[in-house]
Amino acid sequence: MHKDHHIEIRELTRVEGHGNIVVDIRKGTVREIRLEIIESPRFFEALIKGRHYQEVAHIISRICGICSASHTCACLKAVEDALGMRISRRTGLLRELCLCAETIQSHILHLYFLVLPDFMGTHSVLPLLKENPSLMEPGLKLKGLANHISTILNGRPVHPISLVPGGTLHMPEKCELIEIKERLEEATELLHRVWETFRGFSTPGFEKAREFISLKPSSGYGMYDGTPFSNIDGFIEKEDYAHRLEEYVVPHSTAKHAKTGHGTYMVGALARLNNNHRRLTPLARRFLKDAPFSMPCHIPFMNNLAQVIECVHLAEYAIELVDRLLDMGLKKEPPRWGTTWGRGVGMVEAPRGILYHSYTVNNEGLVESANCIIPTAQNLRSIEEDLRGLVPGLLPCSREEVVKGVEGLVRAYDPCISCSTHIMDVEFV
Amino acid sequence: MRWIKRPRIAFFSLTSCEGCQLMVLNCEEELRELSTRVDVVNFREATDLKRDDYQVAFIEGSVTREEEAEKLKEIRQRAETIITLGACSTTGGINALKNRFSPEYVTECVYGRNPPNRLLVENIPAMPVEEVIEVDYRIPGCPVSKEEFLGFVKALVLGIPPGLPEYPVCNECKMEGNICVFEKGVACMGPVTRGGCRAVCVSFGSICWGCRGLLDDANTDAHRETLGNHGLGDDEITKRFDLYSSFYIHRKGRCTKTTT
Repeated sequence: MHKDHHIEIRELTRVEGHGNIVVDIRKGTVREIRLEIIESPRFFEALIKGRHYQEVAHIISRICGICSASHTCACLKAVEDALGMRISRRTGLLRELCLCAETIQSHILHLYFLVLPDFMGTHSVLPLLKENPSLMEPGLKLKGLANHISTILNGRPVHPISLVPGGTLHMPEKCELIEIKERLEEATELLHRVWETFRGFSTPGFEKAREFISLKPSSGYGMYDGTPFSNIDGFIEKEDYAHRLEEYVVPHSTAKHAKTGHGTYMVGALARLNNNHRRLTPLARRFLKDAPFSMPCHIPFMNNLAQVIECVHLAEYAIELVDRLLDMGLKKEPPRWGTTWGRGVGMVEAPRGILYHSYTVNNEGLVESANCIIPTAQNLRSIEEDLRGLVPGLLPCSREEVVKGVEGLVRAYDPCISCSTHIMDVEFV
Repeated sequence: MRWIKRPRIAFFSLTSCEGCQLMVLNCEEELRELSTRVDVVNFREATDLKRDDYQVAFIEGSVTREEEAEKLKEIRQRAETIITLGACSTTGGINALKNRFSPEYVTECVYGRNPPNRLLVENIPAMPVEEVIEVDYRIPGCPVSKEEFLGFVKALVLGIPPGLPEYPVCNECKMEGNICVFEKGVACMGPVTRGGCRAVCVSFGSICWGCRGLLDDANTDAHRETLGNHGLGDDEITKRFDLYSSFYIHRKGRCTKTTT
């Protein structure tokens, strides 16, 4: 059975940003597979050149609406590193709580708004809202709760307001934190329903071994803290991270691709779960036990379930963070001043994986150069390689099945294309 | 603007962070109700539907490529009503900060000289949508406020022309009970920036950055003087105005009108 297929999916829907998938099959063999990234480049390095370090997080968070808190935190860590600032425990806990809320929001948005329509055979979430409200309820409630937490801490769910170098401009009230805690405790039942829903869908068992890179802190699962860790090479010094990768421009993408000495690597929920699953909270560990895979897991489609497990973990961990904040007492943390200048590096785990920011700040406090390495750009090579591995196995199927498999795989990675085109890696003069 | 029963609406995204579309999807409680009042026929981030029979188009993002300008002209021919969604499409937003440099220079900065993807990364100076096509209504803000967006949809469904506040952020800032940041010795863009955000940035400890764009009749000269009196140098003052309004500062000297 030799089939010819030329599949071009223009502007793939239900992903964040603009991308095309091109699959060319002649006589039953795959001639070409490309994930074209056609998102407009943003040129953030030109935008922030010469701006004061206090403004940089405000500008750089505009790289991405979905993971704006992650960009903000990575930027603040890098600026603080450059200027020799230390932050208090309280500010650190608040930032961690922001990242928990953002990641739950982002994962749930991906699972319910972008992925679920595939499984339910609808073109979007809108018919599901009307026709299947009980299926949608846990998703909407959890997303609403995550956005509520971000709003309490930062004024709004997109582009946080109160996180600044060296401190926090706004402290939540005690009663607000208690309310957050109560709602997080009630969320356990919703998370069980999320698990039931997504655990039940069957996905291709396609598997491919690869390197996983994520942050790993000295203790805990790590979203805000930690050192880069590879399942092959172990720990990587954060200052060395950019040098360990090779970033390169490909003709069909406005986002750069990246590889390590071992070739393709993956970042994101599945990479974190593989590297840090022993540090999950007790409830999240129970979910993992019930999962249709075991660790290490190299099945990219399982990224969806890894996201659910992370939501369970982060909701439980967020309760612990709130408790620690309440014990510590709440008071404003005015921004501190830097003691030095130079280059600094900051890394956090964004919802889609490890995020690296680095800035050089001069003695007037102005940014001279910048470098951001974005999770989705780090995954693009892995996505293309998986597509090449997946498609031959789908070939006996109809064109529609091939399209479904290809789209499903790209969506499982939860690519954030508008982010990925904002790589900046040239030192400007 | 005429009344349409169950208008067919579309969302389009140009160069942006897609945060304003996300604010639309953040209307968790209202989405269901919304889907009974309007038909969403084109919204790449949320649906596979790509229909061209829309009556109302919301546009997010600035124009930074020729193709985007062409796409806008097509949208203008099809849509009865065009509404910008957020700072990028309304004022050029943060993207316009790159206009200080030539498109060739910024491309070389990121991708190097003669990159293999040069056709994809060709770009033009960032512009608001109204530079390319006529815009009917504007929702400013970085990101847009959920309440304001829902207010616009309500007006749409009722067939009433939506409007924007014609007073500065300071009015709402007072009503929120904030201490003026100038009193604390910090400079702010509130006095020249269009209100409608309930001064959320000041309420959360920061300053007004000016994301909603300058008021039509903003006295920018007086504000430059105020900022100067608060210790900002000429260069710093220009940077403050540039952050969200650089396109207008350098082109027209003032921001967009509320309606056409």
